[in-house]
Amino acid sequence: MDFELSSEHLLLQKTVRDFAQREIGPYVKQADRRGEMPAEVLPRMAAQGLLGLCIPAAYGGQDLDYISLGLACEELENVDTSLRVVMSVHVALNSLALLQWASEDQRRRFLVPQARGQKIAAFGLTEPGAGSDAARVASTARRSGDDYLLTGEKTWISLATKADHVLWFARTNPEASDPHQGLSAFLLETDRPGVTRGDLEGKLGVRAGSTGWLHCDEVRVPEINRIGQEGEGFTIAMTCLDNGRYTVAAGAAGLIRACLAASVRYAHERQAFGREIAQHQLIQEKIARMSQQYEIARLLYLRAGWLKNQGRRNTRESSLAKWYATEAAFEAAHQALQVHGAYGYSDEFDVERFFRNARGAMIYEGTSEIHTLIQAGYALGLREDGALRRELPAHRVS
Amino acid sequence: MNIVVCVKQTPDSAAKVSVEGGHVTWGDAPLIVNPWDEYAVEEALRQKEKHGGKVTAISMGPESAREALKTALAMGCDEAILVSDAGLKGSDSLGTARALASAVRKIGSVDLVLFGRQAIDGDTGLTAAQVAHLLGWPALTYVAAVEEIKPEAKTMRVQRMIDEGRQVVEAQLPVAMSVVKELNEPRYPSFMGIRKASKATIPTWSIADLGVEASKVGSAGALVSWSEIYAPPVHKVECEVVKGETPQETARTLVDRLIAEKVI
Amino acid sequence: MSNEIWVYIDQFKGTPLPASWEALGQGKRMGGPVIALVFGPGSQAIAKEAFQFGADQVLWSEDPLLADFRAEAFAGLVTQLAKEKKPSLLLVPSTTRGRDITAMVAAELGCGAIPEATGLETKDGSLRVTRPVYAGKLFTTAVFASGQTRIVSLRPRAFPMPEAQSGKSGAATEVKPVAAEADLHTRVAGYAASEGGVSLTDAKVIVSGGRGVANNPNLTPPADLADDKQKEVWKAQQGFKLVRDLASVLGAAVGASRAAVDAGYIPYAYQVGQTGKVVSPDVYIACGISGAIQHQAGMRTAKTIVAINKDPEAPIFGLARFGVVGDMHQILPALTEEFRKRLGK
Repeated sequence: MDFELSSEHLLLQKTVRDFAQREIGPYVKQADRRGEMPAEVLPRMAAQGLLGLCIPAAYGGQDLDYISLGLACEELENVDTSLRVVMSVHVALNSLALLQWASEDQRRRFLVPQARGQKIAAFGLTEPGAGSDAARVASTARRSGDDYLLTGEKTWISLATKADHVLWFARTNPEASDPHQGLSAFLLETDRPGVTRGDLEGKLGVRAGSTGWLHCDEVRVPEINRIGQEGEGFTIAMTCLDNGRYTVAAGAAGLIRACLAASVRYAHERQAFGREIAQHQLIQEKIARMSQQYEIARLLYLRAGWLKNQGRRNTRESSLAKWYATEAAFEAAHQALQVHGAYGYSDEFDVERFFRNARGAMIYEGTSEIHTLIQAGYALGLREDGALRRELPAHRVS
Repeated sequence: MNIVVCVKQTPDSAAKVSVEGGHVTWGDAPLIVNPWDEYAVEEALRQKEKHGGKVTAISMGPESAREALKTALAMGCDEAILVSDAGLKGSDSLGTARALASAVRKIGSVDLVLFGRQAIDGDTGLTAAQVAHLLGWPALTYVAAVEEIKPEAKTMRVQRMIDEGRQVVEAQLPVAMSVVKELNEPRYPSFMGIRKASKATIPTWSIADLGVEASKVGSAGALVSWSEIYAPPVHKVECEVVKGETPQETARTLVDRLIAEKVI
Repeated sequence: MSNEIWVYIDQFKGTPLPASWEALGQGKRMGGPVIALVFGPGSQAIAKEAFQFGADQVLWSEDPLLADFRAEAFAGLVTQLAKEKKPSLLLVPSTTRGRDITAMVAAELGCGAIPEATGLETKDGSLRVTRPVYAGKLFTTAVFASGQTRIVSLRPRAFPMPEAQSGKSGAATEVKPVAAEADLHTRVAGYAASEGGVSLTDAKVIVSGGRGVANNPNLTPPADLADDKQKEVWKAQQGFKLVRDLASVLGAAVGASRAAVDAGYIPYAYQVGQTGKVVSPDVYIACGISGAIQHQAGMRTAKTIVAINKDPEAPIFGLARFGVVGDMHQILPALTEEFRKRLGK
């Protein structure tokens, strides 16, 4: 059992770290204050190949493995959560879904330009009335000849106003006895007539990101845009979440690391009662806890990535990693703020941003409560992973 | 064009280096490509993109230097060679230059060799000019701009950064040059590049492979050695904070202090 | 091998570099006959100054081959003479030209070279050279194997400037390079515009600006500047004007941190730090510079550091002798005015 990262992984980690810190780091604070994603973020991430990081070269991607995806997310969120969110929605939730469920033709049409960063991708599951209870999705997809007409509203969609492609979940069978069986997934191009969208303001955190809503009013999409079979939508969405929450977990580890680094630095600089506060035990306790949390969060997401590399089911492990890492990140940010004292309360320092950013991750990609129930289900034998019609491909060493 | 770029693996520039038991340590700070060398690699790649040809990265060092070569490959170099031998340990600048010059000769038909202006560990800055001299080539050091290379005519023109500004120099190829930061902005390794680099075979050339005399390299051949290495005494500076009700008052107080202490 | 101590006198367009005299002063302190080498246009006149600063003898050449500095020609002449006379020690000021000379003469003679010395002493008959390594975080004492000519380059301003003793003179001998133009592979095509002003590495006083130069909330950029970046650079240029004004009153050089250079506020030639210039002034005034380790590497040997920064936690205050926690855009004009009054400018 080898706990060392390979030299390829180390170089990848360093490259993303340098890229994020130098290219985007200097602008983050200002972007967060302004509440908008700087225009250069997506083009630069695309140019560096991040938007197709773990997509096979055959589909226009960079051919790296799933552990690399996790490492990249850790480094990106170490700079700001908004950068990792891009990976979560564009790569994990949308692109990997196409890799797993789309036909060859669909992959050529939709996945290749996404992997090359030519088209920006987002994930449209959540609605005003459907969050944790995803089966309650009310958007409809009505058959019309060979096409579908999409009607409905999605909200809390990252990159809503920037995306060219949205993976849109809608009800194709309102009559289904089990609402879980009535949903289908579609790849919606946002320039189709009938699509309107806008940004959401007033978020507590991830303010340098882009979050919004989309509305479809009888938007016509051809059958080729339906991903997977009719009625498979819910299952597809759940497998998407295995990937999305993996990136959230990895990112949260990066956030814990940022809190730890900031606290260590401050603890050595700040003096109180005649010495560095690093010498005071109650400060030491907070830092020890952050250090522990980082190690645990990191090991959990790496294990999930390792399973993905082998093409093995990892629903339980990804959920566990996300649940732990996001709660730990919030706790770490809370304590980091405390370590900084009054300065932690000011946006001159970064910790208040870490705190606000960390809070959201306990809600999206499965609330902590949902994950609690998932883990209880596995532990009590009440929940079992069934076979899937399509699996996420293992990482192929070409 | 047949281009060679020399890279050195050094500790990270932000690392805390200290001396323990007479040896330099940097804890678990990472080893990186010498920052100046990244500019050299970038220039090598740009010239290859312009004129066609091949870029080979060489590094002289222990096994770990292979990682520096992988970074060069990941940035886009075509090949890499590790020059490594126990007998090279303890080389002074001239010994290093002899080994590198032999490597360049062994590669053969090289038009251009690039270096960063100095390595941030030894900080000697002698290697590029010495390699040039041993090869019998002109040395163009502190290059801040490459105005033109004409491979068929075998000429190049550069701007060198000198203390007084810039000097424009023409030279006949082949040339060995060292570069400064203003020359370019190094690219990040591409992810495809990282994949390729991890699968690449990097041969190791020993003293025997280089055909260089063992007595002229390593500690055996070193005419300069470090007899001791130490951390400079820490002058704990007490910072006197100068204050005032207005900027003008602060300025007056500061100027008073500076003149009183004979600083100005 | 003779007991001669040779000192290479670096010059640019007929003006000798002060670091050359520092080297000459050091040569004088070591005992033994001191021979100065002066090459290039105006050498004969510079030779007279060399005697005043301590040379016993001068070898000079104004040969057309040496009209512009080319390492191959100048180093070639040094090695030509050294092979004949076999000096025991060659001291070279560590300027860009001096470093090339050091490297190439050592390569040709097959002898040892120790660059960027900050200290030199003779102990038990052997030379011990102190020099910084790891960007000045550590120092080494470097020594030579015996029996060869030794070459040491000296960091500018690390050695004291000797007093000029007018009226001193000595034997000035013209020498001639045996190399011909056809033997050389480089040609100087000209000089691009110098950045002007006092040279950073020679300066006694440096006023330096960092990222903070752009942070003046009281400035409104002109309306015709389209994007944020242009506005930021414009504000930074106004900030650097304040830096230049102070430098001008103090007769100081202007420097910058890497952050300011990377942000496009000022050209790289002004950069002080690990990947820029290493400076050793008497006074270093850091304005809006946080003082990251890489910047410290370039200026920590300054005798007195004055820091002006809004952020009381900035690392620069750990190095500074005097600190002002405040807005440099307010403090600098006030300082400039105050110095103007007090220095009678």
